[in-house]
Amino acid sequence: MMEFLAMGGYWPYVWGSYLVMAGLIAVEMVQVRYRRRSLMGWIRRMARIRAQEEKQ
Amino acid sequence: MFRPLFALLRRDLVLALRRPQDALTVVGFFVVVVALFPLGIGPDPEFLRRLAPGVLWVAALLAVMLSLERLFSDDYRDGTLEQMLLVPQPLGLLVLTKVFAHWLITGLPLVLISPLLAVQLNLQADEIVMLMLALLLGTPILSLIGAIGAALTLGLRGGGVLIALLILPLYAPPLILGAGAVDAVMHGASAQAHLSLLGAMMVFALFATPWATAAAVRIMLD
Amino acid sequence: MSERGIQWFRFTAPANFYDLAGRLIPWFAALTIALFAAGLYLGLVVAPPDYQQGDSYRIIYIHVPTAWMGMFLYVLMAVYAAIGLIWRIKMAEIMAKAIAPTGALMTFFALWTGALWGRPTWGVYWVWDARLTSMLILLFLYLGYMALHAAIDDRQRASNASAVLAMVGVVNVPIIYFSVQWWNTLHQGASITVTDAPTMATIMFVTLMIMVLAAWMYSIAVVLARARVEVLERERNARWVQERLEDGRT
Repeated sequence: MMEFLAMGGYWPYVWGSYLVMAGLIAVEMVQVRYRRRSLMGWIRRMARIRAQEEKQ
Repeated sequence: MFRPLFALLRRDLVLALRRPQDALTVVGFFVVVVALFPLGIGPDPEFLRRLAPGVLWVAALLAVMLSLERLFSDDYRDGTLEQMLLVPQPLGLLVLTKVFAHWLITGLPLVLISPLLAVQLNLQADEIVMLMLALLLGTPILSLIGAIGAALTLGLRGGGVLIALLILPLYAPPLILGAGAVDAVMHGASAQAHLSLLGAMMVFALFATPWATAAAVRIMLD
Repeated sequence: MSERGIQWFRFTAPANFYDLAGRLIPWFAALTIALFAAGLYLGLVVAPPDYQQGDSYRIIYIHVPTAWMGMFLYVLMAVYAAIGLIWRIKMAEIMAKAIAPTGALMTFFALWTGALWGRPTWGVYWVWDARLTSMLILLFLYLGYMALHAAIDDRQRASNASAVLAMVGVVNVPIIYFSVQWWNTLHQGASITVTDAPTMATIMFVTLMIMVLAAWMYSIAVVLARARVEVLERERNARWVQERLEDGRT
């Protein structure tokens, strides 16, 4: 295991590449999901307001 | 067909002569930037000479870029640009005329002042000739490509900074070829290939960019 | 163009895209995970170290795929932008806008991994190698595109203006590439040449191809997801959004 993590002594470069990529991909996915979620929240709120207005 | 174009050219030049500070500011910027370099990197003449082609070209590039914002902005503000859309002449030709005027006002003075700065940076006579030749071929490319950026940022807040981001990456090829031409002469090689490619690039830009600029003007005035 | 045609493009196409993308995204996401898992396992565990570069060569498995994606996505973005500008197809405009951040990210990955690979290979993080330099300029082109899109408030104008920029950029990319290449050979000679391992073992090649496919699948999934959000944002007041909300088909 340690041998695998050490990457033949090149661990800063190998893991520096892979982890930064993993991290930024996670950021990208979270960002898209967050945008979608807040937008859906807005749409739901508007739908509720509209439904209430129709009731009155 | 061409009379309105000449009229437009004359108008732009007259306007520039009435406000000479605009053109002079660009030249002043060029001179000051080049003068700052030795302060930053030291006065060793041989070292300065080696850096001179790159320094002069980058400074010229930035100076042209700085002047781009004014290319269409005055005409945009007073509505002249909108009138140009109604003229029977193709907008691409009108744009080309305005770019030519812009080059005469900013690009050409840079070419003319460059030998003075080149001497300060210890360039030799044949290198200076090549520098002027390369700038003569290269600055029109800078104006032509820059016009696209100027049109795309019409009426935007912070347009000047945005132009830099849009246009500077596109300036890489003329910079490489232009500075490379002087470098080649410095190393005793022929700069023929550089100049041919620079010329080819200018011809291509001459035919291709006015239409892109015209399209951008149309979009931004829509 | 008849009124009907415009109506069709405006309202039906985005709704169709929204449904179709919603159905496709899970598949592409699953493929991404499967391919990444296989590729990472093969690349980091199974494949033997390179006889010259040791384990540092393993960066190739993300460097090459992201570099290819970065370049390809720019061309794709410009194609969509051109389609959107010329034929006024809204979905193409949305796709162009949705591609840009992923393309920029891929280009950044290529630069980042290139720098980290360069350090053990050449002893420095950054060399002004032709490929790295062109990738850097490509990243600037992406940033310019996104900055222009963000700077214009009017949505249609933003799409059209950045489409012009993308098309100018795509014409310039080969010119930039060749001039940088030429500049590089003049200045550095053959002292530093970056060549991928000339004799690549089969396992390395297979792994690389798996990772390339994984990068593809990821890009498709995330671009579709972003385009879907973009569609929703533009059409949030449209009837079809309400219908889907009521049916729970979001």
